[in-house]
Amino acid sequence: MSGLIIRGGRVVDAASKLDAALDVRLRDGVVAEVGSGLAADGEEVIDASGCIVSPGFVDLHAHLREPGFEQKGTITTETRAALRGGFTTVCAMPNTKPAPDSGPVLEALRERIARDAVVRVLPIACVTRGREGRELAELSELAAAGCVAFSDDGSPVADGRLMRRALELCGALGLPLSEHSDDPVLNGGGVMNEGRVSERLGLAGQPAAAEIVAIARNLALCETTGARLHLAHVSTARGLELVAEAKSRGVPVTCEVTPSHLFLTEEAVFGSGPAPAYDTNARINPPLRTEADRKALLRGVNEGIVDAIATDHAPHAIEDKLCEFDAAAPGISCFETALGSLLLLVERGELDLHRMLAALTAGPVRAFDLGKRVPGAGSLTPGRSSDVVVFDPARRWRVDVSRFVSKGRNTPLNGVELVGEVRAVVVRGELKLAPEPANG
Amino acid sequence: MLEVELGERPETAAPEPAGTGWRHKDLLDTDTLTSEEINLVLDTAEAMHEVRSRPVGKVATLRGTTVVTLFYEQSTRTRASFEVAAKAMGADVVNLTASGSSVEKGESLIDTVRTLEAIGADVVVMRHGRSGAPYLAARHTRASVINGGDGTHAHPTQALLDLFTMRRHLGDVAGRKVVIVGDIVHSRVARSNLWALASAGALVTLCGPATLLPRTLAGRGESGGCEVTTDFDTAVEGADVVMALRIQKERQESGLIPSLRDYVTNYQLNAQRLARAAPGALVMHPGPMNEGVEVAPEVAHGVASVIEEQVTNGVAVRMAVLYLIATARRQ
Repeated sequence: MSGLIIRGGRVVDAASKLDAALDVRLRDGVVAEVGSGLAADGEEVIDASGCIVSPGFVDLHAHLREPGFEQKGTITTETRAALRGGFTTVCAMPNTKPAPDSGPVLEALRERIARDAVVRVLPIACVTRGREGRELAELSELAAAGCVAFSDDGSPVADGRLMRRALELCGALGLPLSEHSDDPVLNGGGVMNEGRVSERLGLAGQPAAAEIVAIARNLALCETTGARLHLAHVSTARGLELVAEAKSRGVPVTCEVTPSHLFLTEEAVFGSGPAPAYDTNARINPPLRTEADRKALLRGVNEGIVDAIATDHAPHAIEDKLCEFDAAAPGISCFETALGSLLLLVERGELDLHRMLAALTAGPVRAFDLGKRVPGAGSLTPGRSSDVVVFDPARRWRVDVSRFVSKGRNTPLNGVELVGEVRAVVVRGELKLAPEPANG
Repeated sequence: MLEVELGERPETAAPEPAGTGWRHKDLLDTDTLTSEEINLVLDTAEAMHEVRSRPVGKVATLRGTTVVTLFYEQSTRTRASFEVAAKAMGADVVNLTASGSSVEKGESLIDTVRTLEAIGADVVVMRHGRSGAPYLAARHTRASVINGGDGTHAHPTQALLDLFTMRRHLGDVAGRKVVIVGDIVHSRVARSNLWALASAGALVTLCGPATLLPRTLAGRGESGGCEVTTDFDTAVEGADVVMALRIQKERQESGLIPSLRDYVTNYQLNAQRLARAAPGALVMHPGPMNEGVEVAPEVAHGVASVIEEQVTNGVAVRMAVLYLIATARRQ
C-alpha cells in the first residue's frame, strides 16, 4: 500500500505533549510525518475533521479467554472487539486453560496470537504454577519465550513469602509483576463491595480492607525487593493513597484503574429501579465500590498518580451471568464501551482529557516498558510509531450488546448512552478499521 | 372491613372476585409495598383467619389454581404453611424439593421455573439459599413468584405474619417499639420485618453482637429509620415487642461469636430482661428455635409468648397473599 494521510483532526499525543490541529502521514508501515497541510502523494486520505487523532490505545489488562474458554471469547473475536474500542496493543492475562506457566505453553499461545489477532497482543505469564499460588512458574523460561509481565490475575499471590521471591526473580528478569491485590481471608468469599448495598441485598461483602491490606503488603515487598510492581485494578480510595505515598518516596510501583470502577459504583448491583436488580453484569472482581472511591480514582487519574486505565475486559458466556448473583462469574466485557464511558466522564467534567489519553497510551507503555517490544508504542513518533486511533469525541450512541463484536455481552451499560466513537484504527501502519462512508 | 368473597362451602365454585386493588405479579419482599398494600394483606388475612376458625376452615376461592412450592433449602414450617394455605382455598399444590428433582441433575433455576410454568403452575412459592434468586426466577416466568425466603435477603410472608400478629395484639403498631435481637446481618426475617415495620410507623431497634449487626442500616430515613445497638439490656426497656431470631450454630464455628454461652449471657431473652419491657410486651420468634438459646424456656412458653400464634397466623397471611396474587392474575 502507498500510505495514508489522516487529515484535519486534533492530534493529541501525551508522550510529546502535543495537542494541535495537524495531519498525520503514515508511510512504509510507520508514522512518517505529523504536520499541517500535508499534501497527499498518492496516499489514501481519511477525513478526521471533528475527530481526535491519538496513538493507538494500550491495554495492560484483558482476558481473551483462549485457550480453554472459547465459549466466552477467542483471540479472534476479542481482538476484533479491542480494535473497535481503539485498542491496538493488548496485554493478555494468563487465566486460560492451560495457563501459560511454562515456555512451551506460552510459545503455543504466541503462535495462536500470530495467526488470529487483529491487534498486537502481548502475553502476560503466570507467577505461580497453574496460578495456584503454591510454587513459582518457570519464570526465566517464560521471560525467554516473550512474556511482557507476570501475573496470577483473578487470584492474588496470597503467600507473602512466595510473593517476595516472585518479585525478586521477576525483577532480576527485568519484568514487572502485575498483582491482583486481595487478602483472600479477609475477603472471605464476598461477591460485591461490603457496605450499604451488600447489607441491603443480603449479599456477602468484600471489605475495602481486603484490598487495602494487600496493597500495603505488596508495597512493602516492592520496597524491600526494589523490583517493579504493578498493581492491577486498584478500586479503593485508601489503596490508591498508599500507592501515591509509596510513589512519592520513589518506590518502583505503577498502577491501573478500570473504566468500570471510574464510571460505576456498587449501586449498579441494585440497579435503578425500586426493587433490587441483583445485576450479575455488575459483578466484577475487585467489586464496584462507593462513590467516594470512584471520585478518588478519578482524582488519581487527573493528578497523574494512576499510570494506566486498563479495561480488565472479561467476556463471559450468557449462562455465566444468567444465574443467581453469587453464582455468576465476575467480569465486564469492556473493550467496546471503555472509550465511550471515559469520554462521558470527560464531558461531565470529572475526567481530564489529556490525563485520560495519557493513561491509555504513554502511561501503560511506561509501566510495562513496552517501547522495547512495540517501537514508538503509545506515541506518534515519526519513524517509529505505527498504531493510531481516530475517534469522534462528540458522537453520542447507545450501548446495544446485540451489536457487540466481543463474544461477551456482559455489561451493566446495555442501553446507556455514551459519548465518543472510534472512527478509524491503524495497526502496524495498516488501516484495520476504516471509517464508515457517508456517516450521518 | 375489606370485601372478600369467600365461598361458603368447599364444593362451591370460586366466584369471580371483584378487584382487590393488588397490582403485583410477585411478592419478593416487603420493601416495594406501600403501607396501603401491607394493610390490604393484613385485612385480607383477617378474613382468612375467620375462615380458618370455622369448623371446616376451607373455601374454594383458588379452585383451578396450581401452586408449586419449590424449595432449594430445608424447611418445615414455611413450606407446610404455604401448602395448608393453598389447599384451604382449593388450589392444587405440587411440592418440589431440590434433592431428587431435575435441579439435582444440574438444571438452572430459570429452566426449572419455565418448566413449571409450562406444566401449568400459576404461582411458584420459592425458597432458595442464594440472595436474590427469586428475583431472577420472577423475571423469567409469567407465573407469580412468592419469595419463601432467599439467602440472607428477604422473607416477606414471615414479616407480614409478624406484623399481623402484632396488629392483632397491639392494634396499630405506629409508634410502638419493636426490638429485634440476634443475628441481624444474616437474617432475611430481620430485613423484611424492618421494611414492613418502618412502613407501618413502628420504632425498630436492631440488637445483637457487633459481628452480627448491620453497619449501614441505622438511622436511615428512606427505608426504615432504625436504631442499632449491642446493648440488649438497654434496648429492651419499654419495648412493646421483642423478636428473637434464630442463631445458627455456624456463627460460632466461623468465629463471629465466641461461644453460644457468651451469646446466651448477653442476648438471650430471659425473664429478667423481659421484665424491663413494657407491660404486656409480646415475645416473638420466627422459628425454628434453639431450645434454651435465643429465648429462655420459661419465656418462650410463658404468657407473653405469641410464638405458636405466629405459626397459626402464618397460614392466614399466606392464604391472603395467595388469594391476592391469584385473583390479580385472573384480571
